[in-house]
Amino acid sequence: MREGVLVKPYERLEKEEVDRIHEASLSILADPGILVHNGEASKIFEDNGADVSAHDGYWQVSIPERLVEECVKKAPSVIKLGARNKENDLIIDGKEPRVRFGTGSETNVILDMDVEDFVSKKSGIARQFPVFQRRRGTVQDLCQSAHLCELLENVDFFLRNVNIQDDDITDDNKDVNKFYASLNNTTKHVMAGLTNLEKLDDVIEMAELVSGGRKEPIISFIACVTKSPLQFVRDSTQNLIEMTRRNYPVVISVSPQGGSTAPIQEAGTVAQQNAEILAGVVLSQLVREGAPVFYGSNPLRVRMDNLDNMYGAPETNQYYIGGVQMARFYGIPCYSAAGVGDSKFPGIEATAEKMISHLFSSLTGAQYVHYAFGLLEGTNTLSFEQLILDDLHVGFCKSMLREQNIEEELRDSLEEIREVMGTSHKMFTRYARKYTRSGAFIPFYSFGGDGNETLIRVRARKEELLSTQVDEIPEDIKKELFPKFDVLERIR
Amino acid sequence: MIKGRRNKEDEDLEGGSVGEPGVTELVEEALKGKIEPKKIIESINDAMVTVGKKFETGEYFVPDMLASAEAVSVGIDVLEPHLLKGGKTKEKFVVATVEGDIHDIGKNIFAMMLKGAGFDVIDLGTDVSADEIVKTVKNEDAEIIGIGLSALLTTTMGNMGVVTERLRAETLEKNVLVGGVAVSKEYADEIGAIYCDDAFEGVDKAKELIKKG
Repeated sequence: MREGVLVKPYERLEKEEVDRIHEASLSILADPGILVHNGEASKIFEDNGADVSAHDGYWQVSIPERLVEECVKKAPSVIKLGARNKENDLIIDGKEPRVRFGTGSETNVILDMDVEDFVSKKSGIARQFPVFQRRRGTVQDLCQSAHLCELLENVDFFLRNVNIQDDDITDDNKDVNKFYASLNNTTKHVMAGLTNLEKLDDVIEMAELVSGGRKEPIISFIACVTKSPLQFVRDSTQNLIEMTRRNYPVVISVSPQGGSTAPIQEAGTVAQQNAEILAGVVLSQLVREGAPVFYGSNPLRVRMDNLDNMYGAPETNQYYIGGVQMARFYGIPCYSAAGVGDSKFPGIEATAEKMISHLFSSLTGAQYVHYAFGLLEGTNTLSFEQLILDDLHVGFCKSMLREQNIEEELRDSLEEIREVMGTSHKMFTRYARKYTRSGAFIPFYSFGGDGNETLIRVRARKEELLSTQVDEIPEDIKKELFPKFDVLERIR
Repeated sequence: MIKGRRNKEDEDLEGGSVGEPGVTELVEEALKGKIEPKKIIESINDAMVTVGKKFETGEYFVPDMLASAEAVSVGIDVLEPHLLKGGKTKEKFVVATVEGDIHDIGKNIFAMMLKGAGFDVIDLGTDVSADEIVKTVKNEDAEIIGIGLSALLTTTMGNMGVVTERLRAETLEKNVLVGGVAVSKEYADEIGAIYCDDAFEGVDKAKELIKKG
């Protein structure tokens, strides 16, 4: 099992303030309620005592306090996520501030990096520089991404992070191929959204074949139920209903934008987001009592010059913290976000932006932190080089927040201090050996250099990782799987 | 040796092996078993070559290397009385942090590594005047193969030149190795010393001095 890091959470909201936001969200759910663009969902709400009024193509649903409170209590605190390799299983407990990091987004663009020699016209000095090229992501990129994430130790789960846009990928074969590409290249837990709801049962059947009948699901889903502010989208709502019926874990993912689709005030965005997620929780528990759902918090602030998303903004981090605290208040596992910035290229600027949210998200004790690895330019671009750098920096965060064992550390240290003071060299290095090897900290910064050299080293590391074998799905299972599902020949 | 354990009390790289014989016990046992001291030295050298390789490939970190060097130096201490019988003595090396400077991490690492490489190290400590170095060299003259000087500060680095000058004035023609953050190859050339990028290169250069005689 992947333990994650248990932290002493940093909390921005006092207990009474959490209560206030909870009350505010209840009040939002009652008035104005939510606009539901899905007939089945509005019927479910209505049958369970919500006040529903029909409009042209949507229903306005006012959810009474009592119904919210009841349903939130039914949502489980603990979600067990399986993986192809049991050592990568995750037990997510919504009440415990134990942090794990994974990938995320469905990036459209892959940023390739090459290294070229340049000669200065002025001084004649020759140097190597990275050069970048943008292109559309393919299913093979998704395979490579899963492969890298399998080998990077700080990636705790794999959320498909490439939008596969090959010419032969269609609405009919996209879901099977994105799940296969992920499952075949990593033995960690795989999570993704669904393109075509008709393929849900195919994907589940394939995953169950691959898992060999394990009880814990090796895949789980994301449903972006809400379009902020407070509107349930027709198809994603249907996705949530169907995934919940099959008892598969689902993230109720919402993304209010402070300043455009939500109030810019921190408390306002946190309260609105909370209402949006709670409405999803209510629906899931009405469909199936005890259905495993994540509190999917991805709030952000927008830029005031063009209303684009501003992931690197301080307010984005403030909203994140609020989301995590509210999730813990309900004891529902929190799917939170980190590591998104506005920089277009890997390296220093990107890392600086990402580190702020890596630190805050881990400090808050969010249980399931997605995005984090390799994203650039918001959530639009994926860079494998940045992915490798992020692995190192997420490792720094995990190291920094690890639990301390004061008694053992002091016992050893006092002994060492007395012994070392009796030597001529007065060096403690000998005693650092076992800690260096325990994996408790990172021995040194492995990619140090100026910005360009660093990236060139990271690229070499990428090549090395990609040429390292990973455990694919066993051949006998593949044989059984291919006649049933339309998996592209080139990724088999 | 490879585990860097001086004696049975020591931990290995992962914190285990306590209670198992370390270098001290193993060398004593080998001597009791009438194994020739020369043979023991050879196997110690082989072990140190292995440690060096592990360091180069990134398997070992500096703490591992220093722990092994310490273990070697302890092993050689046990062997020494037996080696003297055979008429062979260790090469002497003087190390010091120069006058005005108290920064001695580099000097200490160098001293540990030198001991591990089988040198008899005379460590004069920090803030050492040119006079004291010259006096030591005079007292021990015939046996001293080299002098290692270290300085962290640009303000104290100049005292390295004072030392080389004084040695020349006294016609004590000794090889002087210099190192430390402030020191450059250019400066070493200027004062007639041998530049070392770090303590590990320093040990390699010290070994070369033995070869040259």
